[in-house]
Order: sequence, then structure tokens, then C-alpha cells
Amino acid sequence: MNAIINFASNLIHGVSSNKDVFKFNGGVHPHDHKAESTTLPIAQLAMPEKLILPLRQHVGHIPKILVQVGDFVLKGQMLAEPEGALSAAIHAPTSGTITAISEQVIPHPSGLPDMCIMLAPDGKDTWAQLQPLDWRNTDKKVLVDSLRSSGIVGLGGATFPTHIKLRTNGKSNVHTLVINAAECEPYITCDDMLMRERAEQIIKGIEIVQSLLGAEKCMIGIEDNKPQAASAMSVACANKAMQVKVVPTLYPSGDARRLIHLLLDVEIPNDKRSTDVGIQVFNIATLLAVYRYFEFGEPSINRIVTMTGNVVKPQNFEVLFGTPLQSLIAAAGGAKVDTTHYIMGGPMMGFDLPNEQVPITKAANCIIAAAPNLFAAPPPAMPCIRCARCADACPVNLQPQELYWFSKADNFEKARDYNLFDCIECGCCTYVCPSDIPLVQYYRYAKSEIIALDKAKEAADLARERNDFRLARIEREKLERAQKHAERAQAGKAEAKSTETSSAETTKEKPSENQEAMPNTEANTTAATDKQAAIAAAIARAKAQKLASANAAESPKENVAATETTKTPEAEAAELKAKQDKQALIAAAIERAKAQKLAAAQAGVAPKNVENVSAAVQAEINQTEAIREKVNLATETKKPE
Amino acid sequence: MNRSPYITDAPSVSIIMLKVLLALVPGIIAYTWIYGGGILVSLTIATTTALVAEAMLLKIRQRPIKPYLMDMSAVVTAWLLALALPPLAPWWLVVVGTFFAIVIAKQLYGGLGYNPFNPAMVGYAVLLISFPLIMTKWPAPLLLADHPLSFMEQLNFIFSHVLPNDIKVDAITSATPLDYLKTQLMLKHEVASITEAPIFGQFGAKGGEVVTGAYLLGGLYLIQQRIISWHLPTAFLAALATISLVFYAISPAHYANPLFHLMSGASMLCAFFIITDPVSGPTTPRGKLYFAAGVGILTYLIRVYGGYPDGVAFAVLLMNMCVPLIDAHTQPRVFGHKK
Repeated sequence: MNAIINFASNLIHGVSSNKDVFKFNGGVHPHDHKAESTTLPIAQLAMPEKLILPLRQHVGHIPKILVQVGDFVLKGQMLAEPEGALSAAIHAPTSGTITAISEQVIPHPSGLPDMCIMLAPDGKDTWAQLQPLDWRNTDKKVLVDSLRSSGIVGLGGATFPTHIKLRTNGKSNVHTLVINAAECEPYITCDDMLMRERAEQIIKGIEIVQSLLGAEKCMIGIEDNKPQAASAMSVACANKAMQVKVVPTLYPSGDARRLIHLLLDVEIPNDKRSTDVGIQVFNIATLLAVYRYFEFGEPSINRIVTMTGNVVKPQNFEVLFGTPLQSLIAAAGGAKVDTTHYIMGGPMMGFDLPNEQVPITKAANCIIAAAPNLFAAPPPAMPCIRCARCADACPVNLQPQELYWFSKADNFEKARDYNLFDCIECGCCTYVCPSDIPLVQYYRYAKSEIIALDKAKEAADLARERNDFRLARIEREKLERAQKHAERAQAGKAEAKSTETSSAETTKEKPSENQEAMPNTEANTTAATDKQAAIAAAIARAKAQKLASANAAESPKENVAATETTKTPEAEAAELKAKQDKQALIAAAIERAKAQKLAAAQAGVAPKNVENVSAAVQAEINQTEAIREKVNLATETKKPE
Repeated sequence: MNRSPYITDAPSVSIIMLKVLLALVPGIIAYTWIYGGGILVSLTIATTTALVAEAMLLKIRQRPIKPYLMDMSAVVTAWLLALALPPLAPWWLVVVGTFFAIVIAKQLYGGLGYNPFNPAMVGYAVLLISFPLIMTKWPAPLLLADHPLSFMEQLNFIFSHVLPNDIKVDAITSATPLDYLKTQLMLKHEVASITEAPIFGQFGAKGGEVVTGAYLLGGLYLIQQRIISWHLPTAFLAALATISLVFYAISPAHYANPLFHLMSGASMLCAFFIITDPVSGPTTPRGKLYFAAGVGILTYLIRVYGGYPDGVAFAVLLMNMCVPLIDAHTQPRVFGHKK
């Protein structure tokens, strides 16, 4: 059926039949606006007056700061070391003094400040002692381990620490390396220019990664709107075990899964990673960084950034990380007067920057000065007319109109059923919507809500489990206490026999205490015999109780009665001990719960659906998580009562 | 804030609707040529009624009036209904049908995007049930009429139901070929002899087939412009052709040939303009095929076995009811999911 539909579609709309590539569904053809920023070569940006280095420039844990305010650092010196496996180092982009370590506004969709190291350059740009590695003759494991301190992360925008992608643990099942040079987003040209100017070095980077992974095959995917880059790469990789493949310009062909399909006709299953089927994807800028790290020992301290849009002289610049955006704007001839704000990334998936002081980070591939004539404010949304243009444009073959319905109605279960989490937020649906509905916003909202609900549910499950455990423990303790009392009572009986008179006197002095044992206080004369009978009765009862507790099903009320009946000083001491026991037990339980929580945080609680989540959603998740943590802490401190 | 994408490139709803109207123009020209200028009067009445009704209801529902009137969807509904009605339908018939379509079938369900049924077809069905006599009496094409009416005479007839002195209503109207075929077959005549009557043309109705051809032309324009997808018209026409071919093959004496069914009645209008209403139709490619094929088969069955000469309106409404089910069961395979 689908074959017939596709055939008929091709027949009617005359789709170009490039036999070499394997087309995916949908996609859009926005104006690429790449010519503006490719007229001039890549330029070196002048040294800014200060550098702002956010600690969180990558996916993973925040690195540990190694320097203090006032320290003098050299160019390439490590300022923060990776903590845990999934983390990346931060290096000094130039020599200078650490002036502050404080919270600054960073380029992030949340617009929230984050911890940054402030560096005042001394202008000398003195390199630290660098340690290049002879990558051709060094053990692979040593190379990959050393890469951990290179600070290199995916420079295509994903910022995933590169050393993790190269970890093979002795055996690699990666047979094909896919080099993502599609650069499908409009305006962005940093990879294009890099390939035109530094193809040789990129190819060497590919060779390194190819040998580290042991991949026999390597394909370089470049969109056909970059002929110069493609030919430069083809020349550079001649006679090597790699192949440049030109793919038709179609957004979002630069999405890793789409590119793999285009080049290899392989669909990565939705619940698997590309490495599960032996394919690993790298961006070319990342490969260049890898090459320069091994060849010259240079850590990741700069990147190519496209400064384009509403600026006088759009161009690509080699920018040190931490450079304030305003320096970059100035270098591009300044922004034109009608500039309203700045966008980081492309116009399809980028986000608004909060101000011009934010630093350039590892994720910053492109900065676009926005103006009303470039990005007109969308007209007010009209109702969805179910025209399904969004479905035709969706590269994942989702039904965006249905997802919109469900997201709008907070029908999250349905949205999930209709594979909301396969959405890559590429924006094609919004791009083609005749009703100008901001569809992607709805999906971002629904995703963050679902993830928050999932987490809340798991937290609730954990709390319920904890509560069940607590109730069971209280029950057990009661029974244990009753048992102990019964034993004491038996011991106390022997004692009572030996000190019968003194016992009787005690009873006389404090009749109220033994009311149950001696219901008739007037019959004091027959106290001794009565008491004996009462004690015997109490023992009998305690024995019965003990039997019952052995069966582990007794109502606490009777236990209390038994306790009161035999309230001797020894029993009181036992109770105190039980109380201490209980405290110990509570402490143990809390420890256990903490351990459970930690384990859950490490493994179980982490949501399963985090792959296709945008930075905005991630930010929201982090926020909710922080709040939840606070709540957890509050409940924990309350607990010991 | 993440509010990407910042760029869009899509025709607005108004542009889409305007293109649909543009695609109807060849049909309207042919219609005017064959049946006279009366249709232009009907179109005007329907358009005015639709816009007034839409504005009124938007006002009552406290919705912004201008953007919703500008989306032109009400005009499309009005035109489709007017074109489906008999050419010299009295003015009040057009008003009642349009009013019902806009107020009941569209606005009371929530307006644009929310109506489960095709508004024009709801209006048509209401009129067909309420005024069956007027709805099934079609004027003969001008070239067949004993007394072809001038535009002014048609105008007069539409508004006051008055004809020039010497003409009777029966003289200017006749049954449609579909209707005629049905009644004659019941009288045990054979198809071959029935179609020799002057109202039959080369393929369908004499004159009417020209209008049908013009609709086809407009429909192809819509496909070329990607306003409608090819799935719906193709599946509809294929299903209608297939089922009529089967019956025709079994007994050519009792069943008209496929071409007659394709070129008669509202077949082409339905294929390209009525079932292609996105709001009341399915959204998945496979769903569109099922939906349109269903309409095609039901249309044929109602034509042949039903109580009405043409079955398009009821077929469309019946299939509209199935849309949620069709959509739910024809979800395409998502990228990376199991085949």
C-alpha cells in the first residue's frame, strides 16, 4: 500500500530520483541565506577585554573548579576538570587572571544565570606547556582517556562529550562512521567555511576517530548547496577509506537519524542509538578539534561562529570561548539600527539570547541578528483546519495535527501514544502551517509536562514504598516489644515470688498504678493472694500473647493491656531500650531510603524519554527537579519525628 | 525563550480558500454557458447569506469577526452549495440551505476547524429532505429548452417564481439523467434505449458533462497547487469507476457504464471540491484513500438502490462519521518504528 502511495506521489509531483541517496519523508526548503556569510574568509576575532566561561557548556555533570579568584592562568590551562564520566573540562582560552567565579547570564533557552569563571586576559596570550600525542603510535585506550581532559564536546550544537562517544572498552562494533557536514539550517555557514579552508585537518581528524573506533567505512554527508566545501573535502580525502556524498538540500537532513537514512538507507530504531547498529556520527568541527588536540595538544578553547543576519558585514569568526557576544557583533561591522534581538543557532531550532553580554560557548555555532524584516512576527494563530501539511512535512512521519490536539487538551497519554517523544522539534510543521499555529511550542510544553508527571509519579511510588515499609516496621516493632515485655513479665514473676511482701507494700503505696491488677482497692487485706492470682493471670495472658505474636497477627490494643498489667521497673527499662531500638531502626530506615533514592536517581528515575528533548525542556526539567529535591529534603528532615 | 522556528512559509488559510474559489471558476463559466446566468444570482445570494450568517454567529459567540470572515471558508461553503443546487432554485431555498450550512453545521459545532460534517453537504441534505420536489427538478440546458430563458427572466423566476406568459414550469425543467435513468429502469426499460433520450450527452448529461469537465480541470489545478492531495479524488473516482464497472459487466442492460457515472451528477464536484474539505475529512494518506473509496461506493449504491437520484451528499455525510475511526486506524509508521 505504502509503495503504491509513494509511487503515485513521485509520479505526480516528479520527485528527483537521486539513486545515491535515500529520501526521508517530508522536510522543507526554507531560503538558506548562506551566501551572506560566505563571501569573506574565517577571521580571527580580536582579544576581548574579559572572558566569561560558563561551567556548563556541555551535556552532563558540571566540572569541578580547579582555580581560585586571583589565580594567574596560562592559555590552555585546565580551569575545571570533568567530574564523573559524562562531563567535560573547561580550559583557559588565553593567559590572564581569574577575576571572579560567580553566576552570570548564559546563552541558554531558560535565560537563567549559571556559574561562570571570569577571566581577564593579560594580552600576552601565553600558552601553557602542551602535550601533543603521537596518535599513530599510541595505544587507543590512552588516547581516548587523554581526550577526557581535552574539553572537546560535539560542536554541531549537541555538546555531548566526545570522549564518551569514542569509548570502546576494548571492542567496538562501530563499522561505519558518518560525518555530519550537512549543515541544513538556514544562515549557518561555520561548517561550510571550515571545510573550504581546513579540509586537510578535518580529514586527519576523521582518520583519528576512524582508527579509534575501528570503523571500516566512512561517509561524509554534505548538502548540495555547499559545492565548494564538497569539492575541498573530496580532494582532501582522495585515496582514503572515506567517501564524500552530496545530499540534496532539504531541511532537516542534518539531523543525525535523517542523515544516516539519507546516506545508508538505515533507519535507526526509535528505541535504539545509532551505535547499536554500528554507526557513529560526528560533526566536522569536532573532528578538527580532535585532530588539533592530538597533533598540537591544544584543548578546546575556541570555535568557528557564524555572525550573520542584520549585521553590516556577516562573516565567520574564530572565537575564543567566553567572548561576550558584543565583541562578535562589533567585529561583524555592528548591528543595523532595526535589530531587535539575537538568536543563537539557526532560525528553525535556535533560541533568543537574553542580552548582548552573554558569552560564546561550545554550543554557539551561529548568532543571527534578528530584525522585523528578517523574521516577521507570526500573525495570530487560526484554528487548525486539519489540512495535514504538517504531517506531509514531518521528517519523522508523525501526525502533528493529532499531537497538537492532544497537547492542547492536556491529553498527555494520547500524545505519548501518538509518539510525541519521537518528535525532534525540527520545526517543519510550524514552518508549513497555514494557520500559523506554533505547533512545536505545544510539543515542548507537552513533553516537559509528561516528563514532570513521570517524575512525580516515580517520586510518589517511592514515597508509597517508603510508607509501606515504615508501617510494616512499626508493626514489627510493636510485636517485638510485646514479646520482650512478656519475657520480662515471666522473669518478673520469679522476682515477685522472692520479694512478695515488699511487692505488696509497693502496691499499697501506689494503688493507682496497679488498678487493673487490683480492681478492688478496698480488699487490701487479701492483697497478697489476690495479687498472686492477678500476676498468674497476667502471665497466662502474656503467654497467650506471645503465642499470638509468634503467629504475627495480634491487635496492638491487647499488647498495650499486657504492657500495662506488668508495668514493673524492669519493664520500664525495657521500654526505654525499645525506644532506643526504635530510633536506631528509624535511622537505619532513613539510610536505606536515602540509598534507594540515590540508586533510583542514578538508574531508575531518570526519564526514559530524554533523547528528543530540547534545551528549553531540559531547563524546565532541571528546575522541577531542583524543586522536587527541596521538597524531598524537607520531608526527610521531618521524618525522625 | 525558545520560540523557534522563526520563519514560516505557508499560504494562509485565506489563500488556500481563495485558490479553491479560483479553481471553481472554470466550472462556473461552463455552468453559465450551459444553464444561463441564473447560477450567478444563486452564487451571490449564497455568498451574502453565508457572510451575514457567519458574522452574526461570530458576534454571538464573541469571536473576532474580521479574521474569520477573511478566511473565506464561508464563501467556499456557499459556492459549493449553490453549485450543487438546481440552477434556477428559488432564492429562499438558497438562503435556507446556506444558513443551515453555516449556522448549524459549522458555527454551532465551533466554527472553522471544528465541524465534523461537510457544511455544504449538510445544507444540501437538509434541502433535499425538506423540499425533494424542487431539489430534483432541474431546468433543461439552454440548448435543449423549448423556451430558453434570458438572464432577466431567470432572475425574475428565482425571486418571484414568475415565468413569461406563455411558458409553464414543466416546459423549462426536466429530470436529470440520473433520475431519468432510475425511473425508466423501474419501468423495465433497458439502459441502451433509455440513454437515447435527448437529455443524455456523450458521456453523461447533455451540457452537464461540460460543467463536469470544467470541474475536473479546476481540480487538477488544485492538485498541481498542492491545495488538495491526489489521494482523495483518485480513490473516489477509482472506487466509483470500479464498482460501476463490476455492475455494468454483470448486466449492461440494467446498469449504466462507468463513464456515465463519472461524468454525471456531482461526481467531479465531489471528487475535487467536496470530499477534499480537510476539516471533515481524514488526515492520514491511507485514511484518505479509504474515506474517498467509501464515498465512491456509497454514492454508487445510493444512485442505483437508494431513494434519491444522486447519492453524493449522503455518502459524504456517512463517511464523515467514520473519519475519527479511519484516522485512528490508519496512522502511518513513524520513522524508526517497527515495520
